[in-house]
Order: sequence, then C-alpha cells, then structure tokens
Amino acid sequence: MDILTLFVVVPVLVILALIFTKDLKQARIVSMIGGLIQLGIAINLLFAYFRERAVNDAVMLFTRDLVWFEQFNIHYAIGVDGISVALILLTSIVVLAGVFISWKMQDLPKEFFIALIVLASGVYGFFISIDLFTMLVFYEIAVIPMYLLIGIWGSGNKEYSAMKLTLMLMGASAVLMVGILGIYFNSDADGGALTFNILEIAQVNIPFEAQKLFFPLTFMGFAVLGALFPFHTWSPDGHASAPTAVSMLHAGVLMKLGGYGIFRVAMFLLPAGALEWSWFFIILSATGVIYGAFAALRQTDLKYINAYASVSHLGMVTFALLMLNKTAWNGAILQSLSHGFMTALFFALIGMIYGRTHTRDITKLGGLLKVIPFISVVYVIAGMALLGLPGFSGFVAEMNIFMGAFQQDSMFYRIATIVSISAIVVTAVYVLRVVGIMLMGPVKNEAYNQLEATTWFEKTGIALLLIPIIGIGVAPLWISNLIMESLQPFIQGVL
Amino acid sequence: MIPGVSINEILTLTSILFFIGVYGFITRKNLISMLISLELILNSSIINFVVINKYLYPELLQGMVYSIFIIAVAAAETALAVAIIINIYRRTGSVEVSETETMKY
Amino acid sequence: MNLINLLLIPAIPLVVFLVLGIFSHKIKPAASGVIGVAGLATSTLLSYYTAWQYFFVTEKVNGVYQTFVEKTVWINFTDTLHIDMGVLVDPISVMMLIVVSTVSLMVHIYSRGYMKGDDGYTRFFAYLSLFTFSMYGLVLATNLFQIYIFWELVGVSSFLLIGYYYTKTSAIAAAKKAFIVTRFADFGFLIGIFIIGFYTNTFDFQLLNDPQGPAILTWASSSFMGLSVITWALILIFMGGAGKSAMFPLHVWLPDAMEGPTPVSALIHAATMVVAGVYLVARLFPMFYMVEDGFALQIVTYVGAFSALFAAIIAITQTDIKRVLAFSTMSQLGYMMMALGVSGFDGHEGVGYMASMFHLFTHAMFKALLFLGAGSVIHAVHSNLLQDMGGLRKYMPVTNITFLIAALAIAGVPPLAGFWSKDEILVAAYSNSQFIYGIGVFVAGLTAFYMFRLYFGIFWGKDRQYKHTPHESPASMTIPLIVLAVLTMVAGFVPFSELVTADKAGFEAHLNLPLAAIAVGVGALGIFFAWIFYKKENDLASRFATAFGSLYKWTSHKFYFDEIYLFVARTIFFKNVAAPIAKFDKKIVDGTMEGIGNQTVVISGKIKGWQSGRVQDYAFAFIGGVVILALVFIYIFNN
Repeated sequence: MDILTLFVVVPVLVILALIFTKDLKQARIVSMIGGLIQLGIAINLLFAYFRERAVNDAVMLFTRDLVWFEQFNIHYAIGVDGISVALILLTSIVVLAGVFISWKMQDLPKEFFIALIVLASGVYGFFISIDLFTMLVFYEIAVIPMYLLIGIWGSGNKEYSAMKLTLMLMGASAVLMVGILGIYFNSDADGGALTFNILEIAQVNIPFEAQKLFFPLTFMGFAVLGALFPFHTWSPDGHASAPTAVSMLHAGVLMKLGGYGIFRVAMFLLPAGALEWSWFFIILSATGVIYGAFAALRQTDLKYINAYASVSHLGMVTFALLMLNKTAWNGAILQSLSHGFMTALFFALIGMIYGRTHTRDITKLGGLLKVIPFISVVYVIAGMALLGLPGFSGFVAEMNIFMGAFQQDSMFYRIATIVSISAIVVTAVYVLRVVGIMLMGPVKNEAYNQLEATTWFEKTGIALLLIPIIGIGVAPLWISNLIMESLQPFIQGVL
Repeated sequence: MIPGVSINEILTLTSILFFIGVYGFITRKNLISMLISLELILNSSIINFVVINKYLYPELLQGMVYSIFIIAVAAAETALAVAIIINIYRRTGSVEVSETETMKY
Repeated sequence: MNLINLLLIPAIPLVVFLVLGIFSHKIKPAASGVIGVAGLATSTLLSYYTAWQYFFVTEKVNGVYQTFVEKTVWINFTDTLHIDMGVLVDPISVMMLIVVSTVSLMVHIYSRGYMKGDDGYTRFFAYLSLFTFSMYGLVLATNLFQIYIFWELVGVSSFLLIGYYYTKTSAIAAAKKAFIVTRFADFGFLIGIFIIGFYTNTFDFQLLNDPQGPAILTWASSSFMGLSVITWALILIFMGGAGKSAMFPLHVWLPDAMEGPTPVSALIHAATMVVAGVYLVARLFPMFYMVEDGFALQIVTYVGAFSALFAAIIAITQTDIKRVLAFSTMSQLGYMMMALGVSGFDGHEGVGYMASMFHLFTHAMFKALLFLGAGSVIHAVHSNLLQDMGGLRKYMPVTNITFLIAALAIAGVPPLAGFWSKDEILVAAYSNSQFIYGIGVFVAGLTAFYMFRLYFGIFWGKDRQYKHTPHESPASMTIPLIVLAVLTMVAGFVPFSELVTADKAGFEAHLNLPLAAIAVGVGALGIFFAWIFYKKENDLASRFATAFGSLYKWTSHKFYFDEIYLFVARTIFFKNVAAPIAKFDKKIVDGTMEGIGNQTVVISGKIKGWQSGRVQDYAFAFIGGVVILALVFIYIFNN
C-alpha cells in the first residue's frame, strides 16, 4: 500500500468498523483510534516527505497513477508536495480534535461519526489527487455529507441552512465543472492527448482566449467554497446551524479546499487568465476582507461573528493568491493553515460555551472569565491569535501576505493592500468587543455560577489545536520553508 | 403477401387504426375504453411489423417473432392494467379516468 | 559581550510567565510573588552586569561605542528580505535595559504589598513578567520587524494589565480603548515597515541607520505626493511611536489606562512602555535626521512640543491624581520627542538626542516614584480623587518625603535628576529654535505648578473624613519608594553625554548657566503659585476657575477629545459603517441569493400545473410532440 492511498483507505476502514459499533462509547473510541491513526500517518507522511524531498526534486512526490476511465483519460493520479502535506496535517489534527469535541454526541452517534469521517476522507482525497476529475469527485464526497450533518444534527433553522449551503456549493461546483471541462478540452492545445492530469496540463500552453474564459469560472467555483464576497452568505447560516465538530471541520478544513483549489487549478493551469482577471477578483477579495470584518462587528451571535471573521480571513487567502508572487502565496497557504486551526479552536470553544450556557448571544453572556476560566482564557488567546498577535500563527501568515502584496508596485495594488491591512484594526475591535462583553464584566446570570468545569476530552481537543497555532507562531521557519520550496515550480509556471 | 394489395394500402389502414386508437385513448373517459384503445394501437403496430416483414424482407422472420412477442406482452400488460383498474374501482367506486388525477406532482 | 547572559535577560521573565500562567491554580500567591521578584532580580543583575561590561570593560574603537549584534533568521519573505530575531546592544539599548530592569524590579517588590490579598495575585505577576519579557525584547530588537513584534506584545500585556480588574466596566472600556487606539497607530507603523522593506530591502537597524546604507543613500530615488517614500515611511513609523507614547492626537488612551492597578501605571504607563515611541525614534534617529533633511524629524518636534504643552494644560485641572500623573507623563514624553526633534547628530550638536535619552532615564525614575507614591496614598485612603485627600503628611511620612523629592525633580529643581536632563533639553531647543524653546520653558513652569498643586493637595491642607485613619504603607511598598527616591537624587549625575549619544562617541557636556537659571526660575515660579493657591485651603483656585469659565471647562474635559473619538468610533464606524454593512449583507447580498432560490420555487410552482395528472393530457402532449417533431424533421430533410 503506498503512503498516500492510506489516506483514502484508513477512513474507509474506520467507517466499516463504525458500522459494527453498538453505542456512543464504542463509536467514539473507534473514531478516536481512527483519528489517531490518521494523525499518525499524516506525521509519518511529513517525515517521509522530508526524506524523499532531500533526494528527489520532482514537483510532486509519492506519485501514483492508475487508469480509472480510459475513454476520457481519467486517472486515479495522486501525489503530494509540501503544501498538500501541510494541509493534510491540518486536516488530521482538526478531525481528531473534532472527535474529542463530539465526545458526548447524544443522537445517532454512529451515523454522526460515519458522516464526519466520510467528509474527512473526501478532504484527504482532494488534497492528494493531481487528476482534475478525481479531485472533483473527492470534492463532492466532502461536500455532500455536510448536508446530512447540518440537516440532522444541527440546531436552529437547520433544514434551511443545510439546504442553502448545499445548493450554493452545488451551484458553485456546477460552474467549476464547466471550468474544469474547459481546461480538459484545451489540454491538447500543443498536440498531445486530452488529459485531466494537472502536471501534464501545466506543460501545455492553453490558448489565451480559453484561459480568459475559463479562469473566472474555475476561480469562482472554488472561491464560493472559500467564502468569497459576495458568495459567502451560506457560511454564516451554515456555521450557526451546524453542530460544533461540523463547524470546526467545515470552517477549519473544508473551506480551505477553496483556496487550495484556486491555487492548484486556477492559478497553476490558467496563469494568463489569472493575470487578466486578477484586478477584478482583487477588488472582490479586498472588499471581502474589510466587509467581513465590519459585518462581524455588528453580530451578536458568537457563531455569526466567527463566520464573518472567516469571510474576512479567507478573503485574505484569495487576495494573497491573486498577488502572484511567492511571498504572498506562502502567506496564503500559511493563512489557510493558521485560520484552519484558529477557527476550529473558536468553534470548539463556542460549542463548549453553548453547551454550558445554552446561548450564543453575547449580550446574554457576561463575566465568563470568572465562572469558566479555562475556556475563557483560551478564548482570549484564540482571539489574540485571530487579531494577528505576534507569537501566534496568524501574524506570520498575515505578514507574509502583506509583504507579498507590497511587492506589487502599482497604485491599484497599494490601495487594495492598505484596505486589507486596515482590517487588522477592525479585527481587533470585534475580537475585543466579544472579550469585553462576554468574558469580562460582572456575571450576568446567577445560574452561570454553577457551570460545569472543563473535561479532559475538551482540554485534549483544545490542546491539539492550540499547540500548532503557537508552534507556527513561534517558530515559523520550517513550515514556511516547506511551503516555499514547493511554490518554486508554481511561480515559474506563472511568470 | 396478398395479391393486388400493395403495402401502401395496408400501411394506410394500420395508420388509420393507430390514430383511431390514439383518438380513443385521448377522448374516452372510461378506463376500460382507454385500455381497449391502447390495444388498437398495439394491434396496428403488430400489423405493421408483420406487413413490413412480409413485403420488404420475406426471407426473414423477426417481424413475425416480435409480433408474437408483443401479443404476449400486451396480454400481460392488459392483465396488469385490468388489475389496477379493479383496484381503482374498489377504492373510488368508479372507473372514470378523472378519478385518477390525484397522482401528480 | 556574553550572548548567554543577554539572552537570559528576557528569557527569565518569559519562563516565569509560563510557569505562573500555566500553573496559576497550583501556586500559592506568596510563592508566585517570590518567584516573580526572584526572576526579575536575576534579570536585573544581568542587565547591570551587561551595562557595566558594555560601558566600562569593552574597548571603544576610535572613541566610539561599538554595536554588538547577534541574530538568526526567523522567517524569510523573499530571497533578500527576512525577519531576524536577535539581540542588539548599543548605548541606548543598554540604557533601556537598566531603566526597564530597575523600574520593573521596584514595581515587582512594591506589588507584593500593594496587591496583597487580591484574587488574581498570581495572574498579576504572570502579566508583569509577560510585560517585562516583551519590553526586554523590544529594547534588544535588531530590526524593525522584531521591534514591531514585541511592540504588539507589550501592547497586549498593557491590555491585560489595564483590564486586570476585569469585572469593572470602566476598566474593560479602558483596556479596549488602549489596545484599539495603539492598534490603529500600529497600522501606520506596519505600513511604514512595509514601505521600508520594499524600497530598501532590509529591516535591519544597522543597515537602515548606516549613512552609506540603502535607506539613507537612496531616499531621493522615489517619491510620493512631493515627499520621498522613505519620509512617508518614517512619518508612518512615527505614527506607531506616537500611539504608544500617547502623543497628540493619539493620546486618548493613556488617561483611561489609569484604570489598571497603580503599580502597572507606574511600570507601563509611566516609565517603560510609553517611552517605546521615543525609543523607536531614537533607534531610527540617523534615518530621521538624514532622510530628506530631517523633514520627518520636524514633525516629531512639533508633535512633541504640542503634546507637551497640551497635556500640561489639561493636567492643571484634573482631579483624579492618577490622571494628573498620566497627563504629566504625556507632557514629559512630548518633551523627549521634542528634544529628539531639535537634535543634531555629531558631537555636541547631538545634545538633544542625549538630553532626550537622559530625560527618559531620569523621568522613568521619578515618574515611577510619583506613581508608586500615589499608589501608596490610594492604598491608604481608598480613593483616586484629590478632594478626598489632604493633610496626609502626618500619617505617611515616607510617602510624603519621597513624593516631594519626585515632585521637585520633575519641577526641575537642582540638583535632582529632572533638573539636569531638562536643562539639556532646553539647551538643545534654544540652539534650534526660539519658539520651541519658549514652549519648553512655559511647559516647565506649568509642570512645576500642577505637580505642586497635586503635592499640596494630597499632603497639606485640612484632613478629610477618612473612613479609617490613614497609615503608612508596609515596608514592601516603602522600600521601593526609598530606593527610587535615592535614584532620583543621584541619577542626574550620571555622565550621560559620555555614554549615550547620537554618534556614540560622547562629548563634554557643561551647564549653560543663564538657561539653567531661567529654567529653575520658571520652575520656582510655578511652585510659588501652587503654594499660594493650594497650600492652605482658600477659594483662589475656584475664583480663577470661574473667571476663566469656558477655558476651565474645556481643559477639565480634556478638550473633548474623548467625545470626538467616541463619536468617530461609535457613531461613524459602528452605527454608520458596520451597521449598514451588516444590514446590507442580510438584505441585499443574502437577499439576492435567497431571491434566486425563492424565484426558482415560484417558477416551479407555476409550471408544475402542466403536470395535470390526467394521463390523457400526457398522451395528447406526447402525440402532439411527435407530430410536430415529425413535421419539423420532414421539413428539414426535404430541404
């Protein structure tokens, strides 16, 4: 068994095992073991990658190619570079943390964990595939369970949210499908055969007209998943209704597929189209960055605040990708990672607060620092990470993005960059607003004085997410180098 | 092959038969009558099979075989249809086609 | 220079912070105080050792103090641009090490008494250690980005400490305000850093300050709106510095920051963190001085001078003793900025730079002393307000004497520390511009006046209705007071002009007698007026207040700056930007998406009627369709 296919096989095995479990206790143990194995193979992959990279300078390592559907030249083609390795690591950590956070899942635990792991396997598959068609298949595998997870285990207006989320993402993937088929049918431009293989298409000079036509489609298709303004409205509702672990996985990992897809497909395969269209999408992204921050300022529901914060932070990812240089791209990938950990942590904390107080309305909460100090302190730390305090991963990512954006020497780019940077001030305001209202101040409700203390599994989940945030923030060099050297072939392709 | 009768005449006849069936199927209100109209349509097509086989490809037998096949299927289908109609009658007390309108959307 | 020693200085407070932070529930309060003080005492010893080594053991080369740098790459941006982490030792960083260590150690010791019995005792010491660590990092930074990193960390420790009493609404608001205002200033700072990074391809202080380096040699190569981009960058960087140092108009957070515990005010908002802005300008002084003939430096001068005057005027009318001290701090910081602004570079020309650093040093000592003294008073009477105090000299002799020493020092009475440094500043200002000098002298008079208004108001006059008789603070609080008072007396005799100068070479400083006499005279005049107004209870002050009614009102409301900021923040941004955006999102953006969905439902509702359920209709449609298609095909194929 090769090292990458394991990422598809292990989840399938876990799902099979889950089918035979009887109750919550067994289901969560099996899921936890499955999560640990996934984390194990992800770490193993990281070290294997370092070893292999030392002797092999191909674009993708551990490649494997099996014909899947011959008529259309569809292959099960897989391979990884530093970027996918980093994102796989992120996924495995968030999945494991998600299992810990769902330790007390009451309704239909078995089915819940199955859906969760189906989602995870789709994400893994997406990150390892280098065949556009396979990628798209895994993408759908990742998106569909979302409907069930929100619709069945959600809260509030869950059917509506689930439907909205699914429809918007499906609409996006229809657009994406057109874009990908467009790439496919132009992949013979240099006289070769039609192919879905990314590395082969990258060698082809796709005609400029086709790039101009298909870049926006591909970009939009992925960007909706990355909550690009103005196609972000599924995310606040979706997050608000989703159960905790699902919000974590969705905001932490699934939304990263958007940025990753833009980078790997739209940017890499259609560079001329990217140059042609970048101004338009830069306007959208920069607007999204500041817009999301301001919208977050007015929300009172914790999950809405976080969802709009995600719009703002993921706007920075697309913004950075469009800057078309190595520094900004490095920042974009780092931001994906960092936002993944941070937002998962936030949703976990919100879930814990909600589980205890049964409200997410910040105006009804107050003085939590006194009654649930552990959660509150971690919330403050997460808030500080979100507003880009040095020592946390967000700072490293944002500085890379802004520095990269500053390399573009023209008035338009400068203004867009400064608008985006100004979001750090607004971010500080909305983070402190929540901290001030919810955590500090007098205890608003007598009943809050008897809140349950933090349990070991909650602490484990938090620690899993907090360690990488601080790790990347304090010592960013190794992960930045890991990403940086993988960017080399891409940047050459673009320029 | 009937001497003196050309294929055109027979096909005209079957066309007429077919459209009588169609007309009956569309206009009749009674389910049984509609079923009978359906049989007319089937019969016209069976005749077509046979005639075309006989006139154009006399050395082959497929047309004949398929005619028998269709007759068999038609019989089975009629049996089913009558069973359904009887069930509808039991439920609604009539065999009017307007009673079956609710099975929509 | 010993690298390990240097690294231990910030590392010890960091370790203390982590230990106290992580095990906060398992450590007894008494133990945490001891751990905090012991850790910091070690750092302080190491700092002193470093200073001694640097100034007196390491050889000067050609009469110039050498800069010692040790660094490693922290993250790469491009092939040439990277952030380093490291330590830089030169005269001003060593001086700052001494200031931070001394004041921080005193505040640590003092807090053991002041915070006794508080719930968050351990938390308090953890925060103090975090702050001290960040401040050491800031001081030792080797490049702009490193200083920015620690700049943010001191900002957050300041936030945590101002909001230490987190159940108090005013404290929360003050903490948020401090963080957000400085964050806004840092936004400018950050853009300035990016501009410098882009145009000079380095963040390194040594390269930037090198007269042959990329920044100073090539500043003229690109310009924006009539000014060199490097000048713009410096102005933006100064914006960051102005935010931290509470320069006008970014000063609004500092008075409110007094909501924090008093030792915090002494450490962060008087002696160390707020001087970071001055330190930043001093750190980049060659750049400020040499790029575009010091255009940015002129801005520094005027902002500094104006802030000094502005704050001194407000300080006269404030009734909260900590706020008086806060405005006094702002005024003195303006003084330091002004001194930097009027400074030259070489030899005796650089007297302003030297004076600024000197004043920073002495001010740290006597302002910390004033705050700790005020803390001691507040500890005794449980109120911040001047009208609740009076006649305390009988009850608190040590506090009285030390406070008097500090007040005399800040008023510029020889031979106390403030006299020497203030005199040098006035000398520098005099040689640069009469106007600035005039402001300087006037502010000196005002300073003496409001400081003695405070002193007489607290320690003289009649006794008030005290709930219980005030008493002198415990030894843990008075010992730091005494130590700082001694330092205030001797700090003026440190030969600063030989140690800390712009060109690092040192020069011979001498007292300018006429100027010194004027300064002392003005200070004495201020004290004299305060004595008339406030020594005995009388209605002179209130008569004056009514006579200058509107002026009094404006100053006591701090010229309504808080209200302006509140208006901008709340009415403009919160109500007229954020709220419409949130509504726009709900109604228009989401509404459009929703509309697409709803329209689909509506349309499908309309066309679903075609599916009538009548099998005959279907058959008819089917046959009709076949016939039409047949006709179409026949038509097509016949042509």
